[in-house]
Amino acid sequence: MDRDDRSTARRPEKGGAAVTVALEARDVEYSFGSTPALRGASVAVEAGEILAIMGPSGSGKSTLLHCLAGILVPSAGQIHLGETRLDTMTETQRSVLRRQRFGFVFQFGQLVPELTAAENVALPLLLNGVRRAPAMREADGWFERLDLGGLQSRRSGELSGGQAQRVALARALVAKPEMLFADEPTGALDSLTGEHVMDLLVDAARGQGTTVILVTHEARVAAYADREAIVRDGRVTVLDRIPS
Amino acid sequence: MTFLGLLERHPSHGYDLKRDYDVFFGRGKPLPFGQVYSTLSRLARDGKVVISEVEPGAGPDRKRYVITDLGATEVEQWLTQPVEPEPNLQSVLFSKVVLSLMLDRSAEDYLDLQRRAHLERMRELTAVKRAGGLVDLLLADHSLYHLEADLRWIEMTAARLDALKKAVRP
Ligand SMILES: Nc1ncnc2c1ncn2[C@@H]1O[C@H](COP(=O)(O)OP(=O)(O)OP(=O)(O)O)[C@@H](O)[C@H]1O
Ligand SMILES: [Mg+2]
Repeated sequence: MDRDDRSTARRPEKGGAAVTVALEARDVEYSFGSTPALRGASVAVEAGEILAIMGPSGSGKSTLLHCLAGILVPSAGQIHLGETRLDTMTETQRSVLRRQRFGFVFQFGQLVPELTAAENVALPLLLNGVRRAPAMREADGWFERLDLGGLQSRRSGELSGGQAQRVALARALVAKPEMLFADEPTGALDSLTGEHVMDLLVDAARGQGTTVILVTHEARVAAYADREAIVRDGRVTVLDRIPS
Repeated sequence: MTFLGLLERHPSHGYDLKRDYDVFFGRGKPLPFGQVYSTLSRLARDGKVVISEVEPGAGPDRKRYVITDLGATEVEQWLTQPVEPEPNLQSVLFSKVVLSLMLDRSAEDYLDLQRRAHLERMRELTAVKRAGGLVDLLLADHSLYHLEADLRWIEMTAARLDALKKAVRP
Protein backbone atom coordinates (compact mmCIF):
# COMPACT_ATOMS: atom_id res chain seq x y z
CA MET A 1 0.00 0.00 0.00
CA ASP A 2 1.30 3.44 -0.81
CA ARG A 3 1.65 5.16 2.53
CA ASP A 4 2.84 8.42 1.04
CA ASP A 5 -0.16 9.19 -1.12
CA ARG A 6 -1.97 11.32 1.39
CA SER A 7 -3.96 13.55 -0.86
CA THR A 8 -7.26 11.69 -0.78
CA ALA A 9 -9.06 9.25 1.42
CA ARG A 10 -8.98 6.61 -1.29
CA ARG A 11 -5.72 5.24 -2.43
CA PRO A 12 -4.61 2.39 -4.61
CA GLU A 13 -3.61 -0.91 -3.08
CA LYS A 14 -1.01 -3.21 -4.54
CA GLY A 15 -3.47 -5.20 -6.63
CA GLY A 16 -5.00 -2.00 -8.01
CA ALA A 17 -8.22 -2.29 -5.99
CA ALA A 18 -9.09 0.89 -4.09
CA VAL A 19 -8.96 0.79 -0.31
CA THR A 20 -11.13 3.17 1.65
CA VAL A 21 -9.39 4.72 4.61
CA ALA A 22 -11.97 5.14 7.34
CA LEU A 23 -9.87 7.11 9.81
CA GLU A 24 -6.37 8.45 9.75
CA ALA A 25 -4.02 10.30 12.08
CA ARG A 26 -1.29 12.30 10.36
CA ASP A 27 1.75 13.45 12.32
CA VAL A 28 -0.30 13.93 15.44
CA GLU A 29 1.25 15.58 18.50
CA TYR A 30 -0.25 15.84 21.95
CA SER A 31 1.14 16.84 25.35
CA PHE A 32 -0.24 16.69 28.86
CA GLY A 33 1.25 19.90 30.25
CA SER A 34 4.94 19.52 29.57
CA THR A 35 4.74 15.73 29.07
CA PRO A 36 4.71 14.91 25.37
CA ALA A 37 2.49 11.83 24.86
CA LEU A 38 2.37 11.81 21.04
CA ARG A 39 5.27 13.08 18.92
CA GLY A 40 4.19 12.81 15.33
CA ALA A 41 2.02 9.69 15.34
CA SER A 42 0.59 8.56 12.00
CA VAL A 43 -1.72 5.62 11.46
CA ALA A 44 -4.60 4.77 9.13
CA VAL A 45 -7.37 2.23 9.44
CA GLU A 46 -9.31 0.91 6.48
CA ALA A 47 -13.07 0.68 6.43
CA GLY A 48 -14.21 -2.60 7.96
CA GLU A 49 -10.77 -3.38 9.28
CA ILE A 50 -9.87 -4.36 12.85
CA LEU A 51 -6.62 -2.64 13.82
CA ALA A 52 -4.79 -3.47 17.03
CA ILE A 53 -2.68 -0.76 18.64
CA MET A 54 0.05 -2.26 20.78
CA GLY A 55 3.07 -0.92 22.63
CA PRO A 56 4.63 -0.50 26.05
CA SER A 57 2.84 1.14 28.96
CA GLY A 58 2.98 4.92 28.73
CA SER A 59 3.90 4.88 25.02
CA GLY A 60 0.80 6.87 24.06
CA LYS A 61 -1.72 4.22 22.95
CA SER A 62 -4.69 5.60 24.86
CA THR A 63 -3.80 9.16 23.94
CA LEU A 64 -3.69 8.18 20.26
CA LEU A 65 -7.05 6.43 20.57
CA HIS A 66 -8.55 9.51 22.23
CA CYS A 67 -7.20 11.78 19.46
CA LEU A 68 -8.55 9.45 16.76
CA ALA A 69 -11.94 9.39 18.50
CA GLY A 70 -12.18 13.17 18.81
CA ILE A 71 -12.03 13.09 22.61
CA LEU A 72 -8.70 14.92 22.67
CA VAL A 73 -7.67 17.55 20.12
CA PRO A 74 -4.08 17.21 18.89
CA SER A 75 -1.81 20.23 19.27
CA ALA A 76 -0.36 19.51 15.82
CA GLY A 77 -1.22 17.17 12.97
CA GLN A 78 -4.55 16.13 11.54
CA ILE A 79 -7.30 13.56 12.06
CA HIS A 80 -9.22 12.61 8.93
CA LEU A 81 -12.52 10.76 9.14
CA GLY A 82 -13.15 9.94 5.49
CA GLU A 83 -13.38 13.36 3.86
CA THR A 84 -13.90 15.27 7.13
CA ARG A 85 -11.30 16.83 9.41
CA LEU A 86 -12.00 15.92 12.99
CA ASP A 87 -9.29 18.05 14.58
CA THR A 88 -10.73 21.33 13.30
CA MET A 89 -14.29 20.70 14.51
CA THR A 90 -15.79 22.45 17.51
CA GLU A 91 -16.31 20.54 20.74
CA THR A 92 -20.06 20.42 20.03
CA GLN A 93 -19.55 19.01 16.54
CA ARG A 94 -17.19 16.38 17.87
CA SER A 95 -19.54 15.36 20.62
CA VAL A 96 -22.42 14.94 18.13
CA LEU A 97 -20.12 12.92 15.90
CA ARG A 98 -19.02 10.68 18.75
CA ARG A 99 -22.62 10.07 19.78
CA GLN A 100 -23.91 9.36 16.27
CA ARG A 101 -21.07 7.59 14.53
CA PHE A 102 -18.70 6.16 17.16
CA GLY A 103 -18.93 3.49 19.85
CA PHE A 104 -16.63 3.07 22.85
CA VAL A 105 -15.57 0.25 25.15
CA PHE A 106 -13.02 0.81 27.90
CA GLN A 107 -11.19 -1.42 30.33
CA PHE A 108 -13.81 -0.97 33.02
CA GLY A 109 -17.23 -1.04 31.39
CA GLN A 110 -18.20 2.42 32.67
CA LEU A 111 -21.91 1.66 32.72
CA VAL A 112 -24.25 4.20 34.29
CA PRO A 113 -24.88 2.69 37.75
CA GLU A 114 -28.35 4.21 38.18
CA LEU A 115 -29.67 2.56 35.02
CA THR A 116 -30.53 -1.09 34.40
CA ALA A 117 -28.36 -3.07 32.02
CA ALA A 118 -31.04 -2.80 29.31
CA GLU A 119 -31.32 0.98 29.78
CA ASN A 120 -27.55 1.26 29.54
CA VAL A 121 -27.59 -0.55 26.21
CA ALA A 122 -30.51 1.54 24.93
CA LEU A 123 -28.85 4.80 26.03
CA PRO A 124 -27.07 5.67 22.76
CA LEU A 125 -30.32 5.16 20.84
CA LEU A 126 -32.27 7.31 23.31
CA LEU A 127 -29.61 10.04 23.06
CA ASN A 128 -29.92 9.90 19.29
CA GLY A 129 -33.65 10.52 19.50
CA VAL A 130 -35.04 7.00 19.13
CA ARG A 131 -38.25 6.58 21.14
CA ARG A 132 -38.08 4.48 24.27
CA ALA A 133 -40.09 1.43 23.17
CA PRO A 134 -38.17 0.70 19.97
CA ALA A 135 -34.88 1.55 21.72
CA MET A 136 -35.58 -0.95 24.51
CA ARG A 137 -36.64 -3.59 21.96
CA GLU A 138 -33.40 -3.11 20.03
CA ALA A 139 -31.40 -3.28 23.28
CA ASP A 140 -33.20 -6.49 24.22
CA GLY A 141 -32.01 -8.18 21.02
CA TRP A 142 -28.40 -7.61 22.07
CA PHE A 143 -28.87 -9.50 25.32
CA GLU A 144 -29.57 -12.72 23.43
CA ARG A 145 -26.76 -12.12 20.96
CA LEU A 146 -24.20 -11.58 23.70
CA ASP A 147 -25.36 -14.46 25.95
CA LEU A 148 -26.78 -12.05 28.50
CA GLY A 149 -30.35 -13.33 28.46
CA GLY A 150 -32.18 -12.61 31.75
CA LEU A 151 -29.81 -9.86 32.93
CA GLN A 152 -31.74 -6.96 31.39
CA SER A 153 -33.02 -5.50 34.64
CA ARG A 154 -29.81 -5.84 36.69
CA ARG A 155 -27.83 -2.75 37.61
CA SER A 156 -24.09 -2.58 36.89
CA GLY A 157 -23.21 -3.39 40.51
CA GLU A 158 -25.08 -6.69 40.13
CA LEU A 159 -23.10 -7.89 37.08
CA SER A 160 -19.79 -9.79 36.96
CA GLY A 161 -16.89 -8.09 35.18
CA GLY A 162 -17.37 -10.19 32.07
CA GLN A 163 -21.12 -9.58 31.99
CA ALA A 164 -20.64 -5.83 32.50
CA GLN A 165 -18.10 -5.78 29.69
CA ARG A 166 -20.54 -7.51 27.33
CA VAL A 167 -23.23 -5.01 28.30
CA ALA A 168 -20.74 -2.22 27.53
CA LEU A 169 -20.02 -3.87 24.18
CA ALA A 170 -23.73 -4.02 23.37
CA ARG A 171 -24.05 -0.35 24.30
CA ALA A 172 -21.09 0.52 22.07
CA LEU A 173 -22.56 -1.29 19.07
CA VAL A 174 -26.32 -0.80 19.45
CA ALA A 175 -26.42 2.37 17.36
CA LYS A 176 -24.48 0.61 14.56
CA PRO A 177 -21.49 2.95 14.70
CA GLU A 178 -19.05 3.26 11.83
CA MET A 179 -16.14 3.07 14.26
CA LEU A 180 -15.68 1.15 17.48
CA PHE A 181 -12.91 2.34 19.82
CA ALA A 182 -11.87 -0.23 22.41
CA ASP A 183 -9.19 0.50 25.02
CA GLU A 184 -8.05 -2.69 26.77
CA PRO A 185 -11.57 -4.13 26.58
CA THR A 186 -10.42 -7.40 28.16
CA GLY A 187 -7.87 -5.84 30.52
CA ALA A 188 -9.88 -6.57 33.66
CA LEU A 189 -11.07 -10.05 32.64
CA ASP A 190 -9.59 -13.54 33.00
CA SER A 191 -8.37 -15.27 29.82
CA LEU A 192 -11.49 -17.29 29.11
CA THR A 193 -13.91 -14.42 29.73
CA GLY A 194 -11.68 -12.07 27.74
CA GLU A 195 -11.72 -14.50 24.86
CA HIS A 196 -15.49 -14.69 24.97
CA VAL A 197 -15.75 -10.88 24.87
CA MET A 198 -13.30 -10.74 21.94
CA ASP A 199 -15.20 -13.45 20.02
CA LEU A 200 -18.41 -11.48 20.43
CA LEU A 201 -16.76 -8.14 19.65
CA VAL A 202 -15.22 -9.42 16.42
CA ASP A 203 -18.37 -11.24 15.28
CA ALA A 204 -20.59 -8.25 16.03
CA ALA A 205 -18.24 -5.71 14.40
CA ARG A 206 -17.78 -7.86 11.28
CA GLY A 207 -21.51 -8.54 11.21
CA GLN A 208 -22.40 -4.88 10.90
CA GLY A 209 -19.27 -3.68 9.10
CA THR A 210 -17.98 -1.60 11.99
CA THR A 211 -14.31 -0.56 11.76
CA VAL A 212 -12.51 -1.32 15.01
CA ILE A 213 -9.52 0.28 16.71
CA LEU A 214 -8.44 -1.93 19.55
CA VAL A 215 -5.80 -0.88 22.07
CA THR A 216 -4.26 -3.83 23.86
CA HIS A 217 -0.95 -4.94 25.25
CA GLU A 218 -1.97 -8.59 25.05
CA ALA A 219 -0.80 -10.42 21.95
CA ARG A 220 -3.59 -12.97 22.19
CA VAL A 221 -6.10 -10.15 22.01
CA ALA A 222 -4.25 -8.40 19.19
CA ALA A 223 -4.35 -11.69 17.28
CA TYR A 224 -8.07 -11.11 16.69
CA ALA A 225 -7.22 -8.02 14.61
CA ASP A 226 -6.35 -7.91 10.91
CA ARG A 227 -3.21 -5.89 11.50
CA GLU A 228 -1.28 -4.21 14.27
CA ALA A 229 0.40 -0.87 14.78
CA ILE A 230 3.04 -0.50 17.47
CA VAL A 231 3.30 2.74 19.45
CA ARG A 232 6.68 3.62 20.92
CA ASP A 233 7.54 6.94 22.54
CA GLY A 234 4.55 8.64 20.98
CA ARG A 235 5.21 7.44 17.44
CA VAL A 236 3.73 4.60 15.43
CA THR A 237 5.62 1.81 13.70
CA VAL A 238 3.51 -0.07 11.21
CA LEU A 239 5.65 -2.93 10.07
CA ASP A 240 5.17 -4.09 6.57
CA ARG A 241 5.07 -7.69 5.51
CA ILE A 242 7.82 -10.07 6.50
CA PRO A 243 10.46 -10.23 3.79
CA SER A 244 10.41 -13.75 2.38
CA MET B 1 25.70 -20.45 12.42
CA THR B 2 26.79 -19.09 15.77
CA PHE B 3 30.43 -19.71 14.91
CA LEU B 4 30.04 -18.01 11.56
CA GLY B 5 28.46 -15.04 13.28
CA LEU B 6 31.29 -14.85 15.80
CA LEU B 7 33.82 -14.97 12.96
CA GLU B 8 32.00 -12.16 11.17
CA ARG B 9 33.25 -9.85 13.95
CA HIS B 10 36.92 -10.64 13.30
CA PRO B 11 39.12 -13.63 12.43
CA SER B 12 39.70 -15.85 15.46
CA HIS B 13 41.54 -18.86 16.74
CA GLY B 14 39.46 -21.90 17.61
CA TYR B 15 40.21 -21.37 21.27
CA ASP B 16 38.84 -17.80 21.27
CA LEU B 17 35.71 -18.90 19.45
CA LYS B 18 35.07 -21.59 22.03
CA ARG B 19 35.56 -19.11 24.85
CA ASP B 20 33.10 -16.57 23.39
CA TYR B 21 30.64 -19.30 22.55
CA ASP B 22 30.75 -20.64 26.10
CA VAL B 23 30.26 -17.16 27.59
CA PHE B 24 27.27 -16.15 25.48
CA PHE B 25 25.65 -19.31 24.16
CA GLY B 26 27.00 -22.23 26.22
CA ARG B 27 24.49 -21.87 29.06
CA GLY B 28 26.71 -23.68 31.54
CA LYS B 29 27.68 -26.47 29.12
CA PRO B 30 31.12 -25.72 27.68
CA LEU B 31 31.55 -26.88 24.11
CA PRO B 32 34.05 -29.76 23.76
CA PHE B 33 37.14 -28.78 21.74
CA GLY B 34 36.50 -31.71 19.43
CA GLN B 35 33.17 -30.23 18.41
CA VAL B 36 34.73 -26.80 17.89
CA TYR B 37 37.27 -28.15 15.42
CA SER B 38 34.87 -30.47 13.63
CA THR B 39 32.46 -27.57 13.13
CA LEU B 40 35.27 -25.34 11.87
CA SER B 41 36.55 -27.93 9.43
CA ARG B 42 33.03 -28.48 8.12
CA LEU B 43 32.71 -24.70 7.57
CA ALA B 44 36.11 -24.71 5.83
CA ARG B 45 35.09 -27.64 3.64
CA ASP B 46 31.87 -25.77 2.65
CA GLY B 47 33.90 -22.68 1.75
CA LYS B 48 32.37 -20.49 4.47
CA VAL B 49 35.67 -19.94 6.28
CA VAL B 50 39.31 -20.18 5.30
CA ILE B 51 42.36 -20.78 7.42
CA SER B 52 44.43 -17.63 7.21
CA GLU B 53 47.81 -18.61 8.56
CA VAL B 54 49.45 -21.49 10.24
CA GLU B 55 51.89 -20.16 12.75
CA PRO B 56 55.16 -21.95 13.51
CA GLY B 57 54.72 -24.99 15.69
CA ALA B 58 51.40 -25.72 14.01
CA GLY B 59 49.04 -27.36 16.45
CA PRO B 60 45.29 -26.94 15.92
CA ASP B 61 45.37 -23.79 18.05
CA ARG B 62 47.75 -21.97 15.74
CA LYS B 63 45.18 -21.64 12.96
CA ARG B 64 43.21 -18.47 12.50
CA TYR B 65 39.84 -18.77 10.84
CA VAL B 66 38.54 -16.04 8.51
CA ILE B 67 34.99 -15.81 7.21
CA THR B 68 34.52 -15.85 3.41
CA ASP B 69 31.99 -13.86 1.36
CA LEU B 70 29.87 -16.98 1.20
CA GLY B 71 29.95 -17.28 4.98
CA ALA B 72 29.21 -13.58 5.50
CA THR B 73 26.24 -13.76 3.14
CA GLU B 74 24.88 -16.66 5.12
CA VAL B 75 25.18 -14.72 8.39
CA GLU B 76 23.51 -11.72 6.76
CA GLN B 77 20.58 -13.84 5.58
CA TRP B 78 20.21 -15.59 8.90
CA LEU B 79 20.09 -12.34 10.87
CA THR B 80 17.49 -10.73 8.62
CA GLN B 81 15.04 -13.65 8.67
CA PRO B 82 12.56 -14.15 11.48
CA VAL B 83 12.58 -17.62 12.99
CA GLU B 84 9.58 -19.74 12.04
CA PRO B 85 7.27 -19.14 15.00
CA GLU B 86 6.81 -22.34 16.94
CA PRO B 87 7.09 -23.18 20.64
CA ASN B 88 10.50 -23.46 22.33
CA LEU B 89 12.57 -21.08 20.29
CA GLN B 90 14.33 -19.27 23.06
CA SER B 91 17.90 -20.24 22.18
CA VAL B 92 17.60 -19.25 18.50
CA LEU B 93 15.88 -15.95 19.31
CA PHE B 94 18.55 -15.23 21.87
CA SER B 95 21.40 -16.07 19.48
CA LYS B 96 20.01 -13.75 16.83
CA VAL B 97 19.74 -10.89 19.28
CA VAL B 98 23.23 -11.36 20.71
CA LEU B 99 24.87 -11.79 17.32
CA SER B 100 23.06 -8.73 15.95
CA LEU B 101 24.51 -6.69 18.80
CA MET B 102 27.98 -8.19 18.40
CA LEU B 103 27.96 -7.34 14.72
CA ASP B 104 26.66 -3.84 15.44
CA ARG B 105 23.41 -4.41 13.63
CA SER B 106 19.99 -3.33 14.78
CA ALA B 107 18.75 -5.97 17.18
CA GLU B 108 15.63 -3.82 17.44
CA ASP B 109 14.88 -4.34 13.75
CA TYR B 110 15.30 -8.05 14.18
CA LEU B 111 13.00 -8.10 17.22
CA ASP B 112 10.39 -6.07 15.29
CA LEU B 113 10.53 -8.58 12.48
CA GLN B 114 10.23 -11.48 14.88
CA ARG B 115 7.34 -9.83 16.70
CA ARG B 116 5.60 -9.39 13.40
CA ALA B 117 6.14 -13.04 12.45
CA HIS B 118 4.85 -14.19 15.82
CA LEU B 119 1.75 -12.02 15.64
CA GLU B 120 1.06 -13.23 12.12
CA ARG B 121 1.22 -16.84 13.30
CA MET B 122 -0.96 -16.02 16.31
CA ARG B 123 -3.53 -14.50 13.97
CA GLU B 124 -3.59 -17.70 11.91
CA LEU B 125 -3.98 -19.81 15.03
CA THR B 126 -6.77 -17.56 16.30
CA ALA B 127 -8.60 -18.01 13.00
CA VAL B 128 -8.16 -21.80 13.23
CA LYS B 129 -9.45 -21.68 16.74
CA ARG B 130 -12.54 -19.64 15.86
CA ALA B 131 -13.39 -21.89 12.93
CA GLY B 132 -12.57 -25.31 14.33
CA GLY B 133 -13.87 -27.72 16.92
CA LEU B 134 -12.78 -28.25 20.50
CA VAL B 135 -9.66 -30.27 19.65
CA ASP B 136 -8.40 -27.64 17.20
CA LEU B 137 -9.15 -25.00 19.77
CA LEU B 138 -7.18 -26.68 22.53
CA LEU B 139 -4.21 -27.40 20.30
CA ALA B 140 -4.22 -23.85 18.93
CA ASP B 141 -4.42 -22.53 22.50
CA HIS B 142 -1.33 -24.47 23.48
CA SER B 143 0.67 -22.89 20.65
CA LEU B 144 -0.83 -19.46 21.30
CA TYR B 145 0.26 -19.48 24.94
CA HIS B 146 3.79 -20.50 24.01
CA LEU B 147 4.05 -17.88 21.29
CA GLU B 148 2.72 -15.32 23.72
CA ALA B 149 5.50 -16.27 26.12
CA ASP B 150 8.04 -15.73 23.32
CA LEU B 151 6.49 -12.35 22.62
CA ARG B 152 6.77 -11.31 26.23
CA TRP B 153 10.41 -12.26 26.11
CA ILE B 154 10.76 -10.21 22.91
CA GLU B 155 9.24 -7.17 24.67
CA MET B 156 11.45 -7.53 27.73
CA THR B 157 14.54 -8.01 25.60
CA ALA B 158 13.68 -4.99 23.46
CA ALA B 159 13.47 -2.95 26.65
CA ARG B 160 16.87 -4.24 27.79
CA LEU B 161 18.84 -3.97 24.57
CA ASP B 162 21.06 -1.15 25.79
CA ALA B 163 22.16 -3.15 28.80
CA LEU B 164 22.68 -6.27 26.70
CA LYS B 165 24.72 -4.32 24.18
CA LYS B 166 27.11 -3.24 26.92
CA ALA B 167 27.50 -6.84 28.03
CA VAL B 168 28.13 -8.09 24.51
CA ARG B 169 30.42 -5.32 23.27
CA PRO B 170 32.38 -4.22 26.30
N1 LIG C 1 -4.35 12.79 32.12
C1 LIG C 1 -3.03 12.82 32.02
N2 LIG C 1 -2.29 13.78 32.61
C2 LIG C 1 -0.94 13.82 32.49
N3 LIG C 1 -0.20 12.94 31.81
C3 LIG C 1 -0.87 11.94 31.19
C4 LIG C 1 -2.29 11.82 31.25
N4 LIG C 1 -2.67 10.74 30.54
C5 LIG C 1 -1.52 10.22 30.06
N5 LIG C 1 -0.44 10.94 30.43
C6 LIG C 1 0.97 10.66 30.05
O1 LIG C 1 1.05 10.57 28.64
C7 LIG C 1 1.88 9.48 28.24
C8 LIG C 1 1.09 8.51 27.38
O2 LIG C 1 0.04 7.97 28.14
P1 LIG C 1 -1.03 6.96 27.58
O3 LIG C 1 -2.11 6.83 28.60
O4 LIG C 1 -1.43 7.35 26.22
O5 LIG C 1 -0.17 5.61 27.49
P2 LIG C 1 -0.62 4.12 27.16
O6 LIG C 1 0.25 3.66 26.05
O7 LIG C 1 -2.08 4.06 26.96
O8 LIG C 1 -0.20 3.35 28.49
P3 LIG C 1 -0.92 2.10 29.24
O9 LIG C 1 -0.54 0.87 28.46
O10 LIG C 1 -0.25 2.11 30.58
O11 LIG C 1 -2.38 2.37 29.29
C9 LIG C 1 2.43 8.90 29.52
O12 LIG C 1 3.69 9.45 29.76
C10 LIG C 1 1.44 9.34 30.59
O13 LIG C 1 2.08 9.47 31.81
MG1 LIG D 1 -3.70 3.19 28.05
